[in-house]
Amino acid sequence: MAQHKVNYTQDGGLPVALTSIDKIVNWGRSNSIWALTYGLACCGIEMMASGASRYDFDRFGTIFRASPRQADVMVVAGTLTKKHAEFIKRLYDQMTEPKWVISMGSCANTGGMFNTYATVQGVDRIIPVDLYLPGCAPRPETLQYGVMLLQKKIRANHASRAQKAKRLM
Amino acid sequence: MREYTPKDDVQKKAYYTDRFYVSPQVPKSPVESDEVFAADLAAIKAKFEVTDAYIQVEQMVVFIKPEDNFGVLELMKEELEYTQLSELSAIDWIAKENRFEIFYQMLSMNKRKRIRVKMFIENGQAVNSVEKLFRSADWSEREMFDMFGIEANGHPFMKRILMPYDWQGSPLLKTYPLQGDEFAAWYEVDKIYGKESRDIIGPEIRDTARVDRYDSQRFARLGHEVPKGTKITGNEPKNEQNYQEDGGVFMVKKFDKKDSVVIDDPQR
Repeated sequence: MAQHKVNYTQDGGLPVALTSIDKIVNWGRSNSIWALTYGLACCGIEMMASGASRYDFDRFGTIFRASPRQADVMVVAGTLTKKHAEFIKRLYDQMTEPKWVISMGSCANTGGMFNTYATVQGVDRIIPVDLYLPGCAPRPETLQYGVMLLQKKIRANHASRAQKAKRLM
Repeated sequence: MREYTPKDDVQKKAYYTDRFYVSPQVPKSPVESDEVFAADLAAIKAKFEVTDAYIQVEQMVVFIKPEDNFGVLELMKEELEYTQLSELSAIDWIAKENRFEIFYQMLSMNKRKRIRVKMFIENGQAVNSVEKLFRSADWSEREMFDMFGIEANGHPFMKRILMPYDWQGSPLLKTYPLQGDEFAAWYEVDKIYGKESRDIIGPEIRDTARVDRYDSQRFARLGHEVPKGTKITGNEPKNEQNYQEDGGVFMVKKFDKKDSVVIDDPQR
């Protein structure tokens, strides 16, 4: 027999929360955004700081995964070189739907100060981007705020409908 | 952004327009002023032809024939105690003299001396690899091949090291544009999506400071955001952005500044 008893009559009813499927699915999705460990340059240091104890990404449910197959969001943290461009596409393709991309920092947004032959001028030439974070490098607070905006974006979508796969082309 | 000007003839025209300007030169002193270097140079001269030699900033510079490079470096390593090859690369003098200058920077830990061995090769000529003498030359010669297109005969793995294997062009040549040629500009698009997708993805935007007020594809006016692709009229309504919806979120507590504690003491 159970040691504790639930008083089903207190607080005016059963311990049941009523909601819609949309909301419960989006609640689950938005509060367990698993990010791909993908630091390309110095922005990766800020991303690591966001995950460490002081800024503590875990309280948002954002846990870094070492495999794209377990990740929901790809935080492109750093300079994307042309040599590496095919690999970011391959990693993005390996992520399961639904998936999101945060472009972190000037280099990932536009190529930044690397206005040279060897740098991709913005990751949105390779993969579709949901959120652009400005800064060189953005502070961990910026990344946290970006994740919160991404949560809001996820909540705004209808989870029950089949999501249209995002493709650059 | 400044317009790009071709720099093919950058070495032909004088940088300074002052007729009486004399560009500053690092002073050179004769090799005889240092007895260690003088002995080294005599040992090299005994076996190989030396076209020029002097001391500059306490380092001896020796010009040799390109076919002797392996022999000279072997002599310096085995007999003259220059046991380290710290650096190796090329200098592009194509516009001026249609040739490359190759340098080998040598270090002797015993003598505490550095010697720079230099030689000139014609454009398109290959050099002898010194990888069998110094393992550091392995990557340096690959980098020289990558950046200048100079091949090293006898190298075990003569492939590009920094740029991708299927890259075209040698980026450190003075004729190579900083922002890349046609191949470089479309490299990632061609490789991933194919040439036929160039029109869809579009050319690279190289001016990162350019902001188009009426472009809603790439830009958003903060606080007045509209859906992507909307035609901008300039009368967009104020669109307050907050990290959470007004009605609150299921099972997620909203931050309220009144309930929060501000810690002023950084040494808490």
